[in-house]
Amino acid sequence: MKKLLSVSILSLCMAALLAGPASASTLNDVKAKGFLKCGVAPDNPGFSAVDSKGLRLGFGVDFTTAVATAVGVEPKFVPLTSKERLPALQSGEIDLLFKTTTMTMSRDTRLGLDFAAIILYDGQGIMVRKELGIKSAKELDGASICLATGSTTELNISDYFRQNGMKFKPVVFEKQADVRKAYDANRCDCHTTDVSGLAAQRSLMTNPAEHMILPEMISKEPLGLVTRHGDNQWTDIARWVVNLTVTADEKGITQANVAEIAKTSKDPEVQRMLGVTGTLWTDLGLDKDAPIRVLQKVGNYNEIFNRNLGPDTPLGMPRGLNNLWNNGGILYAPPFR
Amino acid sequence: MHPSDTHTPGETRLPPNADTGPLAWVTENLLSPWYNAILTVLACLILYGLLHPLYVWGIKNASFGTVCPSGHDGACWAFIRDMWPIFMVGTYPHEERWRIVIVLGVVILLALSLIFKKVRQWKPIWVLWALTPAVIFFLIRGGSITGLTQVSTSHWGGLMLTVMFAAVGMLFAFPISLCLALGRASDIPVIRAICVAYIELIRGVPLITLLFMASVVLPLFFPPEMEIDKLLRAQIGITLFFSAYLAENIRGGLQALPKGQEEAARALGMGYWQRMLLIVLPQALRIVIPPMVNSFIGILKDTSLVGIVGLVDLLQVVFAATANPKWLGHIEEAYVFVAIFYWFMCYGLSRYSQHLEKRYAVDNK
Repeated sequence: MKKLLSVSILSLCMAALLAGPASASTLNDVKAKGFLKCGVAPDNPGFSAVDSKGLRLGFGVDFTTAVATAVGVEPKFVPLTSKERLPALQSGEIDLLFKTTTMTMSRDTRLGLDFAAIILYDGQGIMVRKELGIKSAKELDGASICLATGSTTELNISDYFRQNGMKFKPVVFEKQADVRKAYDANRCDCHTTDVSGLAAQRSLMTNPAEHMILPEMISKEPLGLVTRHGDNQWTDIARWVVNLTVTADEKGITQANVAEIAKTSKDPEVQRMLGVTGTLWTDLGLDKDAPIRVLQKVGNYNEIFNRNLGPDTPLGMPRGLNNLWNNGGILYAPPFR
Repeated sequence: MHPSDTHTPGETRLPPNADTGPLAWVTENLLSPWYNAILTVLACLILYGLLHPLYVWGIKNASFGTVCPSGHDGACWAFIRDMWPIFMVGTYPHEERWRIVIVLGVVILLALSLIFKKVRQWKPIWVLWALTPAVIFFLIRGGSITGLTQVSTSHWGGLMLTVMFAAVGMLFAFPISLCLALGRASDIPVIRAICVAYIELIRGVPLITLLFMASVVLPLFFPPEMEIDKLLRAQIGITLFFSAYLAENIRGGLQALPKGQEEAARALGMGYWQRMLLIVLPQALRIVIPPMVNSFIGILKDTSLVGIVGLVDLLQVVFAATANPKWLGHIEEAYVFVAIFYWFMCYGLSRYSQHLEKRYAVDNK
């Protein structure tokens, strides 16, 4: 039944894709409207939340803001649930999506989406009590595991256990808060969710020091900035705005010093990247001040990461894989040439 | 009851034995006979067991300041203190919130004008009443002729959105449901068939399905240029759903009315609309006040389902607020806060319905 439903919804999507005359240029549309509609999560700690002034904040919010700033328009945030995020992009209700969407092959091909860039390399992790004396996820045979329903979390964990010939007992909840409560009340041996959320969950336990996060990452979750398939220019814009923040991190260009560096830097790549020389950004359809505007608005990758997810926030996520390539991570932006 | 049947004039009666007053009330209602006393004690114990932890968590161990001391186990009301404007209006821009305050004032004036009979009977008030929804709408949305900054509907949220969904749903569903109910009772087969089909179709699917259809599937069939606002789509879904239920309530009223009423009106030579508007509906609607309010309370709470299509109503805004790293994990405080609001709204409605019933009570015996 579920399969039938998803197949029928999928075919509806396909039909709509064929029927809807895909807009010629998202960039022109966005410029004409004067705002960029960004799909974000309604509530996801570190990625999208609201503050007491009613403003959205978070990692995904910052990156979509960066793209809007590059185009020179205001971002408008449309909260979307997991179920409607992809149809919303396909139907043109939003033009850019960041809602911790893992890049997968079928999403890239069958669903008519493009992943402009991976902005966070996440993965599923497991938290256990220290008193169990467990050092590796391989020792978890027969464990009961608390997890939230409705995402790939459950699929990943059952894949992992099957792969290693182990059994587990899932204890499933609707909300992350319920998972945490259950685990804290000792109703299960392990707590599993994406690493980006696990540290925050630990910090909320009655006694955080009693818990540890196991070293294994049992899945790959490359979280992408998503655009509609078929508008290469628009996808390029999103991709190179992300590359800009990464290279700025590499070159030590920050929110505070970008204006100064644009004036004084002798590094030819920095000059090209910041639009001081060359036509890199005008070739993309933007103006040459776009890069400086973006960096002044949101800062480089390091600043965005530390502001929303980093060790100084309650989420306390280590940079890990998301370090620059020359610093032990896999963030590697192609040259600005 | 006819006391006069047993009472002979001139007979002197003694006052009843038991005293009145709180003590007598307790003795009579809670402690006698003996098994009721046991039940009372048991009930008190259970109540204590439930309420005492709540008291300890919510008041005794709670912190009421603006920051939460780390590592204490009571409620942290600083979260509510900081975030309550968000709960009220969602992500509505900070600098435009004064407009919502004005809207609140307008709503209060509207409520007051309903309470006072003098004002109610003043004829021009109808014009004002008819204008208020438009005034409220333009105040909240801004843009076009108002000269205010336009606030797009993706910023509408919180309690404001919940109340709006329920109120607008009621406002539009009521006339639709009247037509449906009359249509279902109509003699013309085509109209009857359409109304029955509509009602059965809508009542046959859950609200959540309607919302999904409206928000996920529908836009795929429209060309990209034609964009119906997401909020409007959800509002239409709620209105359609509500009108089907309301229509059945009203049909109940129509059927409860003695046939003689309509026949008498017919005998007087009244036309269909005259019969319906002057004779049948006023009586039928009076009968169905309780089930109608019941449906309204139901729909008020059902609006929380809009969270499933990414609209940030009172309940969803709470999740968005607790996702703020500053207030991670304060979901219990938020739940309590939201529950209080829902309770007050629903209880208020049910009291209002009781008041209406009393006001329109006539002898149907």
